[in-house]
Amino acid sequence: MRLSPSFNRSLWVYHFNSGSCNGCEIEIVATITPRYDPERFGIKLVGSPRHADVMLVTGPVVHKMKDRLLRVYAQMPEPKLVMCIGACGISGGVFYDSYNLEGPVDEVIPVDVYIPGCPPRPEAIIHGVVKALQKLERIQGGES
Amino acid sequence: MSPVDLAAMLGWLVLLSLFALAGGLFLLGVDRKLAAHMQARIGPPLRQPFIDVAKLLQKENVVPVNAISAVFHLAPVIALSSSIVILFYLPVGSLLPVLGMYGDLVLVMYLLTVPALAMVAGGFASGSPYATVGAQREMVTMIAYEFPLAIVVIGIAWRLGAAGFSSPFALGTMAANPIWTIVGPLGIAGLLLLLLVLVVVTPAELSRIPFDTQEAETELAGGLLVEYSGRNLAMFYLAQGVKTLVLAAVIVAIFFPWNLSGFLAMPPWLALPADILFFLVKAILVLFFSVTLVRVGMARFRISQVVSIYWMYLTVIGLAGLLLLMADAALPALLGVGV
Repeated sequence: MRLSPSFNRSLWVYHFNSGSCNGCEIEIVATITPRYDPERFGIKLVGSPRHADVMLVTGPVVHKMKDRLLRVYAQMPEPKLVMCIGACGISGGVFYDSYNLEGPVDEVIPVDVYIPGCPPRPEAIIHGVVKALQKLERIQGGES
Repeated sequence: MSPVDLAAMLGWLVLLSLFALAGGLFLLGVDRKLAAHMQARIGPPLRQPFIDVAKLLQKENVVPVNAISAVFHLAPVIALSSSIVILFYLPVGSLLPVLGMYGDLVLVMYLLTVPALAMVAGGFASGSPYATVGAQREMVTMIAYEFPLAIVVIGIAWRLGAAGFSSPFALGTMAANPIWTIVGPLGIAGLLLLLLVLVVVTPAELSRIPFDTQEAETELAGGLLVEYSGRNLAMFYLAQGVKTLVLAAVIVAIFFPWNLSGFLAMPPWLALPADILFFLVKAILVLFFSVTLVRVGMARFRISQVVSIYWMYLTVIGLAGLLLLMADAALPALLGVGV
């Protein structure tokens, strides 16, 4: 599928908490403050997965949230990207051997960009968005 | 009407529709840029709404399983087309309303409810509890702001009628005779009150903060539009832009109908573009004070507060303005001075 360049100048972001401790949420909120102003690049936080191009997932996937995460992912219209924010979503973090964990995010839904950190700094999240844009540009170039 | 006239009119309508789409998105971009500057940000480029629409058109168009598919698809089309149609009845710059002979300000007032009703229908057809709550709130908001809006329209038209104009509701009459030049000092005070009412009605019509309870991102996750995506959402986005332009055009037509070509002598080929540019400047100024400044400076009202604000405070202000206008028309005759 070919995308026009307007796609990566207008990324609408939906945030999903699959069992995070709220540390990454605070950093996401810090990222959308006037200091970093991602709206310069057309990045906007939206409230509905139907409007979203990018889903930010924070935290490891706990038992109760697995079904919800799958449903919200399915509700997003194509083409879509998933960004996994924080150490917990990448490996399980400090909760890696917890009894009620379904595992890291990429064992439940496909993840495009991983952002490590506990929690990652706003700069790291913005760097992750740049990586996501590079991936989108590859899609625009006609590669998978 | 001869076929040539009809063809010319249709051509104008197509041109005006394109102007409505582009101008509406441009105004949305200006609004976002100004809001960003007020929050000490750089903000998106002015063409950001155009980019957003281009992106939305590439996205998948999802129809939820429990939505009523026909109404779900029809609602954005009706919302967009009806908001464009309103502009045909409004003067743009020195361009008189293209369909002006078929409708006046009362028709415009009725047409203004059609996009909102289409959104309500789309919300109920989405089959989502968020959208249903949003649609109910939209209806309550509509019922709330209709009465103050009607007071403004009636007040202005009544004063024009009292001044002896034959068709006081026609927008052509309002464009040709700026209301401020007709009234006396009491009337000017009344007009200021009516202008305040119309300015406060505007954010509710456009569902912007502080009257955006029906779309409240933080509580209803987008409300009415929660299930819309792709092309349908792009059409609602465009309708939002056109509605912004239309509301600005209504305020400009009623209260600020002056044209640049009325003050400066210029050749006819220059007058039309200059007047349209001047119209856009007036629209941006009106929107800055009625939408952008308010939405940056205020938080959202609860739906119960919205109703009491419109039905109690704004109705009282509107009626006071109406009484002042009536006193302004009646006093000279009572005191035996003037007319």
